[in-house]
Amino acid sequence: MAVYECLSEISNKIIANKDFLTELDREIGDSDHGINLSRGFTAVLEKVSKDEQDMGVSLKKAGMTLLSTVGGASGPLYGTAFMEAAKVLTGKTELNAQDFLAALDAAIAGIQKRGKAVKGEKTMLDAIIPARDAYAEKINAGADLIAGLEAAVKAANDGVEYTKTIIATKGRASYLGERSIGHQDPGATSSTLTLEAILDYLKNK
Amino acid sequence: MKKLINQVDSIVDEMLNGMVDAYPNYVKRLAGLEVLVRANAPQPKVALVSGGGSGHEPAHGGYVGKGMLDGAVAGAVFTSPTPDQVYEAIKAVDGGKGVLLVIKNYTGDVMNFEMAADMAADDGIKVEKVVVADDVAVENSTWTTGRRGIAGTIFVHKIAGAAAEAGADLADVKRVAEKVIANVRSMGMAIDACTVPAAGKPSFELADDEIEIGIGIHGEPGTHREKISSVNEISDKLLAKIFAENIYNSGDEVAVMVNGMGGTPLMELLVANKHVKEVLASKNIKVAKTLVGNYMTSLDMAGFSITLLKLDDELKKLLNAPADTPAFVQF
Repeated sequence: MAVYECLSEISNKIIANKDFLTELDREIGDSDHGINLSRGFTAVLEKVSKDEQDMGVSLKKAGMTLLSTVGGASGPLYGTAFMEAAKVLTGKTELNAQDFLAALDAAIAGIQKRGKAVKGEKTMLDAIIPARDAYAEKINAGADLIAGLEAAVKAANDGVEYTKTIIATKGRASYLGERSIGHQDPGATSSTLTLEAILDYLKNK
Repeated sequence: MKKLINQVDSIVDEMLNGMVDAYPNYVKRLAGLEVLVRANAPQPKVALVSGGGSGHEPAHGGYVGKGMLDGAVAGAVFTSPTPDQVYEAIKAVDGGKGVLLVIKNYTGDVMNFEMAADMAADDGIKVEKVVVADDVAVENSTWTTGRRGIAGTIFVHKIAGAAAEAGADLADVKRVAEKVIANVRSMGMAIDACTVPAAGKPSFELADDEIEIGIGIHGEPGTHREKISSVNEISDKLLAKIFAENIYNSGDEVAVMVNGMGGTPLMELLVANKHVKEVLASKNIKVAKTLVGNYMTSLDMAGFSITLLKLDDELKKLLNAPADTPAFVQF
């Protein structure tokens, strides 16, 4: 598959949700999440080769582009996630269910190492760790990539809802203490959109 | 939103070029990058690099010059610069004696500057970092991301910069910077929010008679809201949080900064400063140096912060050393 098309689906989804993500960040952060990610994913659309077949090569390019264009905390976190996933998928041209799990694991490990966060701190991890677990359970029971991702997206959305109920202890929202309750985490939201875009791409290709 | 801008996307680029146009004797811009360095960088001394999101002018480019910073990296508005930009700044200013990164404690800034430090270390450049966390509005516990770095950062630039200019080695410049960080505390408030150009609307909304206490410098909401009171009463509240740190005691000598957030008349800052000095006098704390003005702003936010720095002989001498930068000149 041309990885570009999948990255393009992700980029377009993030760009389409620019104002929504920024508004979420305005509530509990500093009003720039959608703006920064849109800038980064717009650059991804320009920098990643349309013809590259190696998923690792394209994801690495996407990661480095995000790292050098997004800034803030999201830049290193999204950049690291894509670059770590790239290491797992280097040399591969077709995505299978087990490889995607390995890529997710690598991305999550990278985010945790860079962000020094764990689940339950009102961050992107509250969407993607449950998504990873739901995905693993599905495919280990014999489901295919798409069925696994459907479960992952559902778990990620549940994770976003969960972030409304907890106090932020990482990132700028942590300054608000209890005032962060009731608001969904922008990073959890954007990472859920990313998973949704991958699912949309796989369903429509 | 009313702003004196051309295009939202070109603000930082145009501002940096405007800085170079205004202060060609002080700063030059690294080609293709959002980095200002001393016009005569590198220097044969330990170099200081700071930076962060834009919107805090004159921080940080305004402090590039003799006796303060060697390089300043400007991110998008309120957004930490990326590692590649910081890395280029480090390479450009390193004169062989090493580079100290002065980072304000925000999740993004710490991550991006640390990645840049790793990249520079791979090139064999000696890099050390200090993280400024002077904002007492934020509880310093394992349950938050830690205190923010705000206006107190200027004292770190000034004092560590003076040490570097005087020929101290990297370890010593870092030691002095850490000493400032240990002894500086700030607390701020807003009577009106700021508007991030790309967002187009105020970062929070306050009623006509409301103020926000404990704000940072990125338009993020503060710790709580209350009805507006006199500037003396507001100053008392900010000072109470700072004094609760138990750093500033009778007989001490301090430096004071009454810092405007960008949209506050100097008249009001001076009124606040008058009261701060009275309160300090009543506690038998001597003011050795006072800075009043817009040193670390938050775009067009109306409000101010108070910073106290406890001085010893070493810090006092370095604070009073000459400096010559676009935004801070001292003979």
